[in-house]
Amino acid sequence: MAEPKAGVPEIRASTKPRNQLQDFFARLFRTKPLGTVCGVIVVIFFIAGILAGLLAPYGFNEQFRTEFLDPPSLSHWFGTDNIGRDIFSRILYGARITMLVGVVGSATSLVVSVIIGLPSGYFGGKFDIILQRFIDAWLVFPGLILLILLVAILGPGLWNIVFILGLSYGLGGSRSVRGAVIGIRQNAYVDAAEATGASTMRILLRHLLPNVAPFLLVLVTTRMPGMMLAEAGLSFLGLGVPPPTPSWGGMLSGAAINYMYAAPMLAIYPGAALSIVVFSSNMFGDALRDLLDPRLRGA
Amino acid sequence: MGTYIVRRLLLVIPTLLIVTALTTISIRLIPGDAVDVLVGQMDLSGKEDRGELRAQLEKQLGLDAPIPVQYVRWWKDVLLHGDLGDSIFMGVSVKSQIIQRLPVTLEIGVLALIIAMLISFPIAIYSAIRQDTIGDYALRGLAIILISLPEFWVGIMVVVFPSIWWGWSPPILNISLWDDPIGNLKMYILPAAILGMGINGVNMRLMRTMMLEVVREDYIRTAYAKGLTERVVIFRHAVKNALIPVVTVIGLNVPVVIGGSIIIEQIFGLPGMGRLAVEAAFIRDYPTIIGVTLVYAVVVLLIILITDLSYAFLDPRIRYK
Repeated sequence: MAEPKAGVPEIRASTKPRNQLQDFFARLFRTKPLGTVCGVIVVIFFIAGILAGLLAPYGFNEQFRTEFLDPPSLSHWFGTDNIGRDIFSRILYGARITMLVGVVGSATSLVVSVIIGLPSGYFGGKFDIILQRFIDAWLVFPGLILLILLVAILGPGLWNIVFILGLSYGLGGSRSVRGAVIGIRQNAYVDAAEATGASTMRILLRHLLPNVAPFLLVLVTTRMPGMMLAEAGLSFLGLGVPPPTPSWGGMLSGAAINYMYAAPMLAIYPGAALSIVVFSSNMFGDALRDLLDPRLRGA
Repeated sequence: MGTYIVRRLLLVIPTLLIVTALTTISIRLIPGDAVDVLVGQMDLSGKEDRGELRAQLEKQLGLDAPIPVQYVRWWKDVLLHGDLGDSIFMGVSVKSQIIQRLPVTLEIGVLALIIAMLISFPIAIYSAIRQDTIGDYALRGLAIILISLPEFWVGIMVVVFPSIWWGWSPPILNISLWDDPIGNLKMYILPAAILGMGINGVNMRLMRTMMLEVVREDYIRTAYAKGLTERVVIFRHAVKNALIPVVTVIGLNVPVVIGGSIIIEQIFGLPGMGRLAVEAAFIRDYPTIIGVTLVYAVVVLLIILITDLSYAFLDPRIRYK
C-alpha cells in the first residue's frame, strides 16, 4: 500500500457488502437533490396525517364558540374557521384523509392495473383485444364525470371514494402495465420458463412481475398526486368525504367561500397544503422516474 | 382517404356501444337501497304507499325489464325519438336541460384550449430550442408548478382576493354570445384562463419533448447547413413537423378541459353541463346524470375521431396503414 501523502485521501478496497437500497438513496440524493427534498416533504405530510391525533392541539370538530374567524394566534396557529374550529388541527386531520386516499388509492389502483394489465399483456390475442376495448371505452369518459357518476351510484364516503379512485385510475393504468409486459415478454427468460413447463401463474408472478417492478413504482408515484387532486375536487364539490371529517378540498368548498371574504386565510391554508403535497409528489415521482428509467426522460 | 375515414368510423362504433352500455346499465348497479333512498326523498309527506311508489319508480327508470331489453329500449328511445328520458326531480326532459347548458360548457372549453395553446406553445418552443439554459429550467419548473396547483384553489383565490383588495368581482350575469359578444367574453375569459392553466403545464412539457425530437432530425441540420436563419428553420420546418404531436396533445387536452370545467363552473356560477352533473349527482337524479355522462362521452369520442382523421390529413403516410 502506498504511503499516504498529505491531502490525498487514502485509497482502500471496500470490504463492506454494498446495500442496494442504501445505494439507491445515496444516488437519489446526489443526483436529484430537489426530488429528494420533495420526497421528504411527502413523507412528512404522511407522518403528520398518521399522527394527526397526537399532533393536533385540538379535535377537528371542537368548536370554540367565542372565537369565530380568528386570525392566527398563539393558541390557534392558523386561526379559526366560521364555526370556531381550530384550522391547524383541521389541516392535520385533512392531511390524514389526503394521504390515505393518495396512498391506499394508489396501492389499490396498482393492484387493479396489475391484475388487468399483466394477463392482458402476456396472453395477447382475443382476450387482450376485448379487454382493451373495454378499457378504451372506460377511458373515453372525462375523469371527473366518471367519478361523479360512480359517486352518484355508490354514494360518497371515504372508503367509497378510495375504491372509486383506485378502480378508475387502476383501469387507466392497466394500459401502461400491459405495455410494459409486452415490452419484456419477448425476453429469453420468458421463453425458457415456458419451455420448462412453468405454470402460467408462476411465470406471471415470479418472472414478469419483478421485472416490471421499477415501472410499477413509477406508475404509483405518478398516480398519487392525481388522486389527491381528484379527492380534493370531489370533496370540493361536496361529493367526496362528507363533513364533519375535514378534507382539504372540503375546507375550500362552496359553503366556506362566503366566509373567505372576511377571513382570507381560510382559503389559503388548505389550498397551499394541497399544492405543496401535490407538487412534491410530482417532483419526487419525476426524480424516481429519471433514476429508474432514463428512457422516459425528456419531459 | 375515403376508406381510411370509413375504417376509423367503424372502429368507433364498438367503443360507442360499450360506452353506452356501461352508462345505461350502470343504473342497474345501484344498490337496492339507493332506489329506496329515492323513494324516501320523493315521499316527503310519509302518507304515500311506498311499495307503489317504488314500483312506479322502477318502471320509470326501466329497471323492471332484463338488462339487454333495457339497453335496446334505450337505443330505440335515443335514435328514434332523440329522447334521453325525463329528469326525476326537475320535471323537465333531460334533453332540454342539456341543450341549454351544453353551449356554455363548450364555450368555456374552447376558450380555455385557445388560451392554453397561445401560452404553452410559444413557451414550449422556446424551451426546446434553448434547452438546458436557465430559461428552460425556470419554465420547466413553472410547468410542474402549474400542474400541481389545484384549479379550484386558484379559482377561489382569483374570486376572493381581488374583491378584498380592489372591490372587483367577476361578472355573474349570463350573457349570451349572440346578444353581446364583448360582455360574453368578459364573463368567460377568467374561468377559461384558469381552466387552461392546468393544461398549460402538461402542454409545455409534451410540446417541449416533441420539439426536441424534431429539432434533432437530419432535415433540420440540412436546413441550417443551407444557411437558413434559425427563425426560418424553426418556424417553417420544425414547427410544421411538430404539428402532428400537437394534434395529439390537443386531443389529450380535450377530456381534461371538459372534465375540469365542472369545477370552474361551480366556482364561477356558470350554468354549464358540469353544474348540471353535480346537481344531479347530489339528488341522485339518474336519468340526468346518465344523459350528461353520455353526452360528455360522445363529445370526447368525436374529438378522438377528429384528431385521428386529422393525422391522416397532416401525414399522408398514415392513410395507407
